[in-house]
Amino acid sequence: MAEAITTGDLAAWLREFARTVHEQRDQLTELDSAIGDADHGTNMDRGLAAAVAALDDAAPETAGALLKKVGTTLVSTVGGASGPLYGTLFLRMAVALGDDDAASAEQLAAALRAGLDGVAARGRAELGDKTMLDALAPAVDALDAALAGGAALGEALAAASDAAERGRDATTPLQARKGRASYLGERSIGHQDPGATSVALLVAAAATALG
Amino acid sequence: MKKVLNDPKDVVAEALLGIEAAHPDLRVDHAHRVVYRGDAPRRGKVGLVSGGGSGHEPLHGGFVGRGMLDAACAGEVFTSPTPDQVQTATALVDGGAGVLHVVKNYTGDVMNFEMAAELAAAESGTEVRAVVVDDDVAVRDSTWTAGRRGVGATVLLEKIAGAAAEEGRPLDEVERIARTVNSSSRSMGVALTSCTVPAVGHPTFDLPDDAMELGVGIHGEPGRERVPLAPARDIARMLLDPVLEDLPFESGTPVLAFVNGLGATPLLELYLLYHEVARILDDRGVPVARSLVGPYITSLDMAGASVTLLRVDDELLRLWDAPVVTPGLRWGA
Repeated sequence: MAEAITTGDLAAWLREFARTVHEQRDQLTELDSAIGDADHGTNMDRGLAAAVAALDDAAPETAGALLKKVGTTLVSTVGGASGPLYGTLFLRMAVALGDDDAASAEQLAAALRAGLDGVAARGRAELGDKTMLDALAPAVDALDAALAGGAALGEALAAASDAAERGRDATTPLQARKGRASYLGERSIGHQDPGATSVALLVAAAATALG
Repeated sequence: MKKVLNDPKDVVAEALLGIEAAHPDLRVDHAHRVVYRGDAPRRGKVGLVSGGGSGHEPLHGGFVGRGMLDAACAGEVFTSPTPDQVQTATALVDGGAGVLHVVKNYTGDVMNFEMAAELAAAESGTEVRAVVVDDDVAVRDSTWTAGRRGVGATVLLEKIAGAAAEEGRPLDEVERIARTVNSSSRSMGVALTSCTVPAVGHPTFDLPDDAMELGVGIHGEPGRERVPLAPARDIARMLLDPVLEDLPFESGTPVLAFVNGLGATPLLELYLLYHEVARILDDRGVPVARSLVGPYITSLDMAGASVTLLRVDDELLRLWDAPVVTPGLRWGA
């Protein structure tokens, strides 16, 4: 189990995600002001700061408990659509990883897959709708493919991060079919999706913290 | 920005303190920002819960009381309440007969209420149903968008479903009546000025003095088109035509006609607009069985109005006429 991912590793991932979102808060909000309601950066920053504070307060001992705490905190602090979507992602991962205190790379990938399915169901979104799914789905696919090909965890997460960033960039020419951006119709074309942008930060943080 | 405020970030919390002080028969859970009936939960009565972003007052907190909502959750200005708020409201009004959520069709609202319903079912076994309101004809194609937005019909639905719940009708019935109100309603709005979100401090969108935004949303979302400012008789036609042709409303079928103010347009102008609306309906042979005129679902300080038509039958009329005792609507008590 050279590649076992501990609860502490997952906490480090969340902290790295919170750090990068805080750093890019204004860029996320700026992307959202073009096609949404100009609060994605502020909302995610507020929610992730609360999640980090919750972990500081009392660090959960199992992967499941940690991810559940992050999920419930995000749901109750982020608001809007991102709260339930990111909350669902972490809560589904929590259920998938359960009460073990360490996970294998394959278990992490399966948990991310469960989270992805949860986000798709919650948002009733499909690939190409110009949502966070457009970065998350290719990232999970790339992670699975790399692990199946025998890649080490770090290498697989780096591939997932690359795929998330390509997915994020590919949202720019799309017309939004979900969320507030969809009211703009064709006017949503030409703008990068803020949700896909924060997902790319989430996957990049995994590559940094767990890789 | 000139607003009556202390600190913009406290606007929702402090307004709730005011609601509590002004209406002693209501209760407020300040931690979860829930306004609820002082006599909740009522044993055997279906609980009616709504909520949404703040800034649309009197919707929703002003419609809590006998014959209407049992509880309302207040989100931040124009931001959906979170699942724990909705779950708290649901628990407060659960009298054992189930709870109906009234949700305006916005992506965030739908998801937050859905999560709350799952949590309530998992943790307390409460049977929760939801009715999503989507009456705004300004959003044309629902396959390619998040769907039509919930606007004026929300007020009518909360009144009529509230009366059904007050009569002791079971959850199935209250849900059916609520769905009927939504499917029989259509609305369209127009903005003459933008609104200003307190925490932002500047207008949400720019609108020249000689222009108006036709089909505007209640958060300042863009409408169908920007057109030159027009006299009230033309505004009435621009709002009513797309509403009438959408359901469609036909001659001989009675309606409830609702002219709503978006916040800054005075009642004087709303009545003037209502006259134009009533005249057009009369010309088309659409009988007006009931009317409602006033600012009931607002968009902060936006100037403008919306028109909602609801096709009514005897059952809906009887429920509309039933007693209601809330800060926002009050009759027959």
